Amino acid sequence: MQTIILTVVTLTALGAILAAALYMVAQRFRTEEDPRIDEVAALLPGANCGGCGFAGCRALAEAVVKSETMDNLYCPVGGSEVMQQVAACVGRTVEAREPMIAVVRCAGACSLRPPTSLYDGAASCRIEAALYKGETDCLYGCSGHGDCERACLFGALRIDAATGLPVVDEEKCTACGACVKACPKRIIELRKKGPKGCRVFVSCVNKDKGNVARKACKAACIACAKCSKACAFGAIAIEENIAYIDFTVCRLCRKCAAECPTGAIRVNGEWRMENGLAPSPLNFNP
Amino acid sequence: MSNIYHLLSERLPLLRRGLGGGACSFSIGGIHPEDNKLAANSPLQALPPEGTASIFLGQHIGAPAEAIVSKGERVKTGQLIAKASGWVSADIHSSVSGTVVAVEPVADLSGIRQPAITIQVEGDEWLETIDRSPEIIREIPSDSAVIIKKIAAAGIVGLGGAAFPTHVKLSPPPGKKAGILIINAAECEPFLTSDHRVMLEFGEQALIGALLLKQALHASKAFIGIESNKPDAIRELQKIIRERGYELQVVRLKKRYPQGGEKQLIDAVTHRRVPSMGLPADVGVAVQNVGTALAVYEAVQKHKPLIENSITITGKNLPQQINALVRLGTPLSRLAALAGGIPAGTGKIVCGGPMMGKAIVNMDAPTTKVTSALLFIPHGEAQRRKASNCIRCAKCVQACPMGLEPYLLIKLTQRSRYDELRANRMSDCIECGCCLYSCPAHIPLLDYIRMGKGELKSSKLKVENYPTDGHRL
Repeated sequence: MQTIILTVVTLTALGAILAAALYMVAQRFRTEEDPRIDEVAALLPGANCGGCGFAGCRALAEAVVKSETMDNLYCPVGGSEVMQQVAACVGRTVEAREPMIAVVRCAGACSLRPPTSLYDGAASCRIEAALYKGETDCLYGCSGHGDCERACLFGALRIDAATGLPVVDEEKCTACGACVKACPKRIIELRKKGPKGCRVFVSCVNKDKGNVARKACKAACIACAKCSKACAFGAIAIEENIAYIDFTVCRLCRKCAAECPTGAIRVNGEWRMENGLAPSPLNFNP
Repeated sequence: MSNIYHLLSERLPLLRRGLGGGACSFSIGGIHPEDNKLAANSPLQALPPEGTASIFLGQHIGAPAEAIVSKGERVKTGQLIAKASGWVSADIHSSVSGTVVAVEPVADLSGIRQPAITIQVEGDEWLETIDRSPEIIREIPSDSAVIIKKIAAAGIVGLGGAAFPTHVKLSPPPGKKAGILIINAAECEPFLTSDHRVMLEFGEQALIGALLLKQALHASKAFIGIESNKPDAIRELQKIIRERGYELQVVRLKKRYPQGGEKQLIDAVTHRRVPSMGLPADVGVAVQNVGTALAVYEAVQKHKPLIENSITITGKNLPQQINALVRLGTPLSRLAALAGGIPAGTGKIVCGGPMMGKAIVNMDAPTTKVTSALLFIPHGEAQRRKASNCIRCAKCVQACPMGLEPYLLIKLTQRSRYDELRANRMSDCIECGCCLYSCPAHIPLLDYIRMGKGELKSSKLKVENYPTDGHRL
């Protein structure tokens, strides 16, 4: 009996002493953290994708609270709505931004861009781009090994088996930009999502001269400049044998898409069926 | 045990030679692929120029040459058509006579368009200054500057594969002197026999070329390293050396890949180790290929620029095995036609040897100064096997002749950890392919390493958060 009492007393005393010590240490070395960081972090989506340029959602929250302004602080996943709430939380205002989406600027489906060789190395776009010109005569087009698909944390990209090109899922894409970084050929671009998902862009990044580009791929931009002449708003510029539509100027009139002789200008990334340029199923036997 | 062996062998080269069955070898790593020297008994045959020749302006390491001819101009064989555009660059001469039809980019063997001069062949009219007689000229100029100048004027580059301008290699940085010259005649790549045939048929010329290189460097000793699978070449060169009393020494090398790697050869012959990121001149050695030695002979003694090289056309399915003397800029498809066309069941055509060669995408591409072979690989052998996961067996580490850890390098490459890649001596990799050859999981190790080396070099390229592919490490 005595042993039990002694044990209980000793352990209680020891616990009390250590608790007091811990309390003192905790008080002594306490770091003051702005409570707003937790509040802001709670508002953010918690995807930790790094799309904002910070290591994760909490890192962005810290940056938001520490910073004076809201410049360069933007969560592409949450979008304008979340950023409004975040700004309100720290007592600032933020301009509404239009939601963005990743677009694939290559229409070189297997049937339009005939393979001229067979790549047998590691299944990675990054490696193929570093070692080799690609399986077709187009040096700039998508190699279709799916580095973008693996980079996407939201499952918004997948390589279409029929075309060999990545397809962006409009619902899932958060415009975090991971795929843009992952693509060694810089084919994927973030553009304005547009009203009702309407986007007009040039699906080609081939910088070769028109005849060379056309020989390699039926859907290549040949820099004929018909689109830039048709554009009433001056949104289309032609540089290095390639047309580029500035999405901040484009009014989505779609005149350029009708003019394009190769179907390189695509509305919403859809194929222009009437030209016979729609992709047919993959048929290439090595 | 191995430490004691190394210690002894450093001191007693003879002991090491004795342990290696009488032949020298490098000390770490290496593999023993089947040598498949199918074309070893086919004499060199000259391929007369025909059709068109497209000569690339950048056939060497360094700045591309600048074209000095224009469309419509007539050129003779051996005429200068592009001038070196800097110190590390090389002159380029016309390999044929005819009319320049274009100075425009031409697709190379990977299908990438490179600037080139295309000439329509008309007859074969040589420049008058070139001595085309078979007579061997044995007197060697005593002034090394004259030799180096003539080598530079002939546009000679290292024909072992690196295509480094030879005149630059013969002018070591101040304070460094190469006292030992090694002529690389190892030809350790399987299938390749062009150097072998050069030694058998132009042995004396190549030896005089070696003496010229020795004179240019003021080297006190010169060795010729030949792998033991070419006993006839060893005998032939030894006979000439004995008869003529040349101050050269033939070294028999063990058959082991990559015996002909520059650093491996230096280790095998002199037991000196080139430091990491260092040059052979750091250990007082210069290495030149035997083909380069022949080109040097022709340039200095015969005033003939580098306009042709010996190429092996080989493959297991090929009806004829051929060694040919081919003019620069000959389309690869003509070489294939010479051997009777692309055989049925060919899975891959490789320019160079099976270990370090490059798969050809475009058979219309022209040959360059360093094209050494055209190899036809049958379908079954051409496919890569499916990669599985790394089991850390360390076979790649065992095989690496540079003492690197390939499995680690590719893991770091996948994660873009460039500082750690530097610490693990990524740039020392000679891309010999021993790791890939020995990997039981068939992981494309060399693909990753080549990419990583490229990324490491270009400081501009900053890649973050790259995804890894399916091969889990």
